[in-house]
Amino acid sequence: MNGSGKWRVSRRGVLAGGSASAAMATMLDAQPSHPRRQADIPVYDVSFTVNGEPRTLSLDPRTTLLDTLREHLQLTGTKKGCDHGQCGACTVLVDGFRINSCLSLAVMHEGDRVTTIEGVGSPDHLHAMQRAFVQHDGFQCGYCTPGQICSAVAVLKEIEAGVPSHVTEDLTATCVPSRAEMRERMSGNICRCGAYANISDAMAEVAGVNV
Amino acid sequence: MKPFTYERPRTAADAVAAVLRKPGGRFIAGGTNLLDLMKLQVETPGHLVDVQDLGFNKIEPTPDGGLRIGALVTNTVLAADPRIKRDYGVLSRAIVAGASGQLRNKATTAGNLLQRTRCPYFYDTNQPCNKRQPGSGCGAIGGASRGLGLMGVSTSCIATHPSDMAVAMRLLDAKVETIDDVGTVRSIPIADFHQLPGTTPHIETILRPGELITGVELPRPLGGRHVYHKVRDRASYAFALVSVAAVLQRDGSGRVAVGGVAPKPWRVEAAEPLLRRSSESFANSLLSGAAPTEDNHFKLALVERTLAGILHEVRA
Repeated sequence: MNGSGKWRVSRRGVLAGGSASAAMATMLDAQPSHPRRQADIPVYDVSFTVNGEPRTLSLDPRTTLLDTLREHLQLTGTKKGCDHGQCGACTVLVDGFRINSCLSLAVMHEGDRVTTIEGVGSPDHLHAMQRAFVQHDGFQCGYCTPGQICSAVAVLKEIEAGVPSHVTEDLTATCVPSRAEMRERMSGNICRCGAYANISDAMAEVAGVNV
Repeated sequence: MKPFTYERPRTAADAVAAVLRKPGGRFIAGGTNLLDLMKLQVETPGHLVDVQDLGFNKIEPTPDGGLRIGALVTNTVLAADPRIKRDYGVLSRAIVAGASGQLRNKATTAGNLLQRTRCPYFYDTNQPCNKRQPGSGCGAIGGASRGLGLMGVSTSCIATHPSDMAVAMRLLDAKVETIDDVGTVRSIPIADFHQLPGTTPHIETILRPGELITGVELPRPLGGRHVYHKVRDRASYAFALVSVAAVLQRDGSGRVAVGGVAPKPWRVEAAEPLLRRSSESFANSLLSGAAPTEDNHFKLALVERTLAGILHEVRA
């Protein structure tokens, strides 16, 4: 883009120029496919499986697992809420454990097995938890729902595995799912629509607790 | 985040060498605290050394009847270990009182000890903070300090250490095991591990540059009743205003450590004989020398009343 005289333009000028940008679209297309990548920042190769499919990527090490799923693998079911581990919208399962994908670097997941909401079930074959969320109306806007469902699936496994919670009365007794146990364990997933009562109903049904 | 380079060594010696080799080198394990701070540019490491392959992920018995917890054991795995649940219940209880299920699945034993304060002035890069930027002042003193500290604080910093796990570790007299660049191994009593702010609040632990935590050793079990009560603004997933960890014996003796009041878990062994007398006399001794602000003065009474509740429950 080495223009001259009064027609000299820069890429930044074009982007800032509003209507001018349309005319320059074909020139912008010639830019590298990772426009935000800076030349002096190293990239790292990483391989892991996502929903059973092997994936290999070259990434700026700053890329979170969340951004990798959404922006590089187009798995947009996983949502970005706070991006600081406070809301739980980005919850995915890694080797069966639920984590906040926003607080994890993709390059640290070499060899890991990642499951997102797209891998929990599909429209034709819903997971029992997905079906229960639909039946009990466990959402309103739906933005937190993928994280809620991934978390809910993991919560029932954690109870089964004997992981205690803040409301577990006897640490050495067998953990059993109860309303109180499930509510406490879901505290890392925020729903600003306030669908908690119905989420609790959905989980109770899947866990076989009297609704 | 500021740009950084990354590596994932296989041995502790390589990890320690790697973190010292490049400017701004930092260890990363679970990353839940460090990445959060990197996104805000409160932390700007130039090089991350990922320690997840170093093999410190076991919980093993020690020859003297205790347990050695690998630095990389996650909070979830530690809280759920049958030996911890049976013999160190206060530790299990403290861990599950902290953070969320998702965070506990990533957060490690060593990372939990090394997490930084949640003081809002430390997080906000527009505010002065002697811990984040030495010499810039403290926004919290004279600012909003309801959640902040009143014991062991200084005129430079009134931040609290936010860990629940560390309060239980202090109660149990755990030892932090480390290795450095020349292979020297240290066993640091947890009472000495976290440093008070004084005029250098940016120095938070006794660790030297490049020194790596390899594990935490718990002495043999104490028996008794194990309790961890956490008082906070929400029922779950919130930092403590005050937390009280206690191991109480049938004969009326016991130990108590308190969280949410100081830059480190707060325990005064010399006060513990007073537990036989009353929660009030114990709390007065534990909290002598307190420097509360107008906003957090309530914590003094809250510690005493939380402890009174525990003693009532256990001795009923």
